[in-house]
Amino acid sequence: MSAVILFLAVLVVIAGWWLSQQRLTAKPWLEEGPAGDFPGGDAMTWPAAKLGLGVFLAVASALFVLFISAYSMRMSVADWRPLPVPRLLWVNTGVLVLSSVALQWSYLAARRHDAEGITIGLLAGGASAVIFLAGQLLAWQRLAAAGYLVASNPANSFFYVLTAVHGLHLTGGLVALGRTSAKMWRGAEIADMRLSVELCAIYWHFLLLVWLVLLGLLTGWTDDFVNICRQLLS
Amino acid sequence: MVDIPYEGIRSIPPAEVPDVELYHPRSWWTRYVFSQDAKVIAIQYSLTASAIGLVALVLSWLMRLQLGFPGTFSFIDANQYLQFITMHGMIMVIYLLTALFLGGFGNYLIPLMVGARDMVFPYVNMLSYWVYLLAVLVLASTFFVPGGPTGAGWTLYPPQAILSGTPGQDWGIILMMSSLILFIIGFTMGGLNYVVTVLQARTRGMTLMRLPLTVWGIFTATVMALLAFPALFVASVMLLLDRLLGTSFFMPSLVEMGTLSKYGGGSPLLFQHLFWFFGHPEVYIVALPAFGIVSDLISTHARKNIFGYRMMVWAIVAIGALSFVVWAHHMYVSGMFPQFGYFFATTTLIIAIPTAIKVYNWVLTLWRGDIHLTVPMLFALGFIITFVNGGLTGLFLGNVVVDVPLSDTMFVVAHFHMVMGVAPIMVVLGAIYHWYPKVTGRMLNDALGKFHFWVTFLGAYLIFFPMHYLGLLGVPRRYFELGDTTFIPSSAHSLNAFISVVALTVGFSQMVFLFNLAWSLFKGEASGGNPWRATTLEWQTPETPPGHGNWGKELPVVYRWAYDYSVPGAAEDFIPQNQPPRATQLIQGAAS
Repeated sequence: MSAVILFLAVLVVIAGWWLSQQRLTAKPWLEEGPAGDFPGGDAMTWPAAKLGLGVFLAVASALFVLFISAYSMRMSVADWRPLPVPRLLWVNTGVLVLSSVALQWSYLAARRHDAEGITIGLLAGGASAVIFLAGQLLAWQRLAAAGYLVASNPANSFFYVLTAVHGLHLTGGLVALGRTSAKMWRGAEIADMRLSVELCAIYWHFLLLVWLVLLGLLTGWTDDFVNICRQLLS
Repeated sequence: MVDIPYEGIRSIPPAEVPDVELYHPRSWWTRYVFSQDAKVIAIQYSLTASAIGLVALVLSWLMRLQLGFPGTFSFIDANQYLQFITMHGMIMVIYLLTALFLGGFGNYLIPLMVGARDMVFPYVNMLSYWVYLLAVLVLASTFFVPGGPTGAGWTLYPPQAILSGTPGQDWGIILMMSSLILFIIGFTMGGLNYVVTVLQARTRGMTLMRLPLTVWGIFTATVMALLAFPALFVASVMLLLDRLLGTSFFMPSLVEMGTLSKYGGGSPLLFQHLFWFFGHPEVYIVALPAFGIVSDLISTHARKNIFGYRMMVWAIVAIGALSFVVWAHHMYVSGMFPQFGYFFATTTLIIAIPTAIKVYNWVLTLWRGDIHLTVPMLFALGFIITFVNGGLTGLFLGNVVVDVPLSDTMFVVAHFHMVMGVAPIMVVLGAIYHWYPKVTGRMLNDALGKFHFWVTFLGAYLIFFPMHYLGLLGVPRRYFELGDTTFIPSSAHSLNAFISVVALTVGFSQMVFLFNLAWSLFKGEASGGNPWRATTLEWQTPETPPGHGNWGKELPVVYRWAYDYSVPGAAEDFIPQNQPPRATQLIQGAAS
C-alpha cells in the first residue's frame, strides 16, 4: 500500500498549499463587512468544468494507484510468472502519443482561432485513439492465442485488468471527444470551443501518462526504479 | 465591532443571473422525476435511501428475533441469518447513511448554504441519482434471485465470500459487487458536484471561513469519499473477476467441498487492505457531515456562536487526513505483520485529539447558552452523549492488546453501533426536524417529536449498553445460535431476550416518526421562512420552500460568518449572514 500512501502524501501537499492560501487563520467573528475588504478566500479563477475535470482525474489517479498497489502486493507471491509483453504494445504506445499530440495541436489551433486546425486535430486524435483501442484488442487476442489466458496466472490477470480499465477510461474520453467534435460540426464559436478542446487535451495527456506508467509496470521497467526507492527508504 | 467602510457595499454589482444560465424544467416529468434541480434530487436521494433503510431495519428485527428467542421462529434458518446480517450492514453503512448525508443533505444544503442557484453540473447530478437508484434496485433484487442475497458479512472477505457453502454464492455475491460498483460510479458523479460547487459557486463574500460547519463537514467528507471509494471499486472488480473468470487475485489454493479448487496463490489479506482502506475513511465519511450538522444545530438552538470555529474547521480537515492512515486497526487479528499493529494503534489514538477538540467545543458552545430544548436540540444533545460513549470504547478497540480478546465479540457490535449507527442517526433525525420546515413550509409536530426522541434515545441505550457486557463475557458476533457453552451464563440469554424486546419497540416507534412526516406535510403548522431564527443563508430565501434557482432575482451577498447569535448590542439575538453591517449598526444606534 506504499504507493497509495505516497499518492495521498502528494495530494496532502497540494491540499495543504491550497488551504494555506485560504486564510484559515482568519477570525471570522471579527471580520464583518462586504467581500473585498478581506483578501483571499474567493472562488478560484478556473472555469468550473476545468476544476471538475481536475477532481475527476484525481479520482481516476486514486483508482489506478490502488490497482498498482494491489499489483505490487500480489507480485511478491511465489506463483507470479511475468508474461512476455507483446511487441505490438510499443506500436500502440506510439499511436497514443500521436493521439495526444494531435489534441494538443487542436488546442493550440483553438488558441490561434484556427477552425480548420481544431477540426483536423480532433479528428486525428479521435482516429488514433480508436486505432490504439483496436491495437490493444489485437494484443489481447495474440496473448490469448499464445495461451496466456486471463485466469492462468496472476500476472496475466493483472495485464488484462489494467489494460481493460485503461481502455474503458479511454472510451469514456472518446464520448467526450465525440461531443466536442459534434459541437464543432454544428459550427460553434471558436471562443466557445476553446475550453472543450483544452479539457479533451488535458484528459488525453493524463491517459498517456497513465499508460506510460502502466507500460513501465507491465514490462518490468519500473522494478529497478522501485528497488532503488526501496533501498533509499531502508 | 470593526469599522466598516460603507461605500464598499454599493460598489458591488447586482448579482442577477441571466435566464439562459439556469436550466428550466419544461414538463411535469423534468420538474419532479428527471429533475436537474438539486433540491428535488436531494429529496429523491433521501426517499430512496430511507426506503432501502427501512428494509435494513426490518432485517435487524428478524436478527433480534432469532438472537433473543433462538429456536422459536422456524422461518429463520442459519443461512438466512447470515444474509440478514450482511444486507443490514451493507445497506445501513453505504446505501442509507452515505447516500443520505451526501446525496440527501449535501444536495439540499450545499447550494442554499453557499448562496448558489444550483449545483455546478446539474445534469451530472441528475445522473448521479439515477445510477444510485439502479444500484439500490440491483441490491434489492438479490432478495429475489435463486440462492438469495450474499451472506458473506458486510466486509465480504474472500475466500469465503465466493465459495460454495456461503449463502448467495450463485447470484447474490455477483449482484452485490455489481451494485457496489454502480453505487461508486453514481457517487463519484454527485461528489464532483459537491466539491466543485463549494469551491466555485460560493456567493460574493462567502469566504471559506464564513461557511457554516455543515458545509465544511459535507465538503471534507466528499473529498474523502472520492478518494476512498476507488479502493472498494478495485476490490469489488477484482473479487468479481475471481468469482466469474476464476482469476486468483484474492483466492488462495484451497479444498472446496472435498475437491481442490481451481484457485491458487491469491492473497485474502490484500482484499482486507483494500477493503479497509475504504472502510475506515467511510466511518468518517458518515461522521464528518454529522459533526458539521450538529455544530449548526447546537449553535442555533443554544442561541450562541459556535465555540472555537477555527479549531472546528481545522479539526474536520485533520480528521479527514488522519483517517486515511488508520485502516489496519480493523486487521489486528488478520495475520498481518504484527508490528504494523502498533503503528496503526498510534495513529488511531492520535485521531482522538481532533475529535476530542470537537466534543469540547460543542460542550463549551452550550455552556451559558440560551438552550432551547427543541426536538432538533434534543437529538443534537443525544448525539454528543452517544458519540462520546461510542468513542470511548473505540479507545479500547484501538489498542492491539485489548482488541485481540474483544475481536469478533458483541463488544465490537455495540461499539460501532453506538459510534456510527446511533450517533449519526441521531443527527439525521435532528437535522430532519430542523430543516423539514424549509423543505415543506410546515413544522413537524412537536409532541410526537419529543416522544420519538425519548423512545429512540433511551431505547438505543437499553439496546447497546448491555451489549458491551455481552461482549466482555465473550459472546461472539455473527453467530446464529449460541448453543450450550460454559462461559456464557444463562443470564446472557435473558439479556439477549430483553435487548430484542427493546429493539422491536424502538423499531416500531419509528413509525410514529414516519406518521409525523406524512401528517405534518398536510396538517403541520405553517412555519414561515425562518422558524428557528437562524443566521445561515438557507433560511433567508425569498420563498419557502425555496423556488427554482433558490434566490429570486439577486444572489445574496454575505457580510459576516454563520454564527452571529446573541451579539451584544444587536437588536435581535441573531444576525443573518446576508445582513449588511450598516443596517445592524443603525439598529444598534437606535437601541443604545
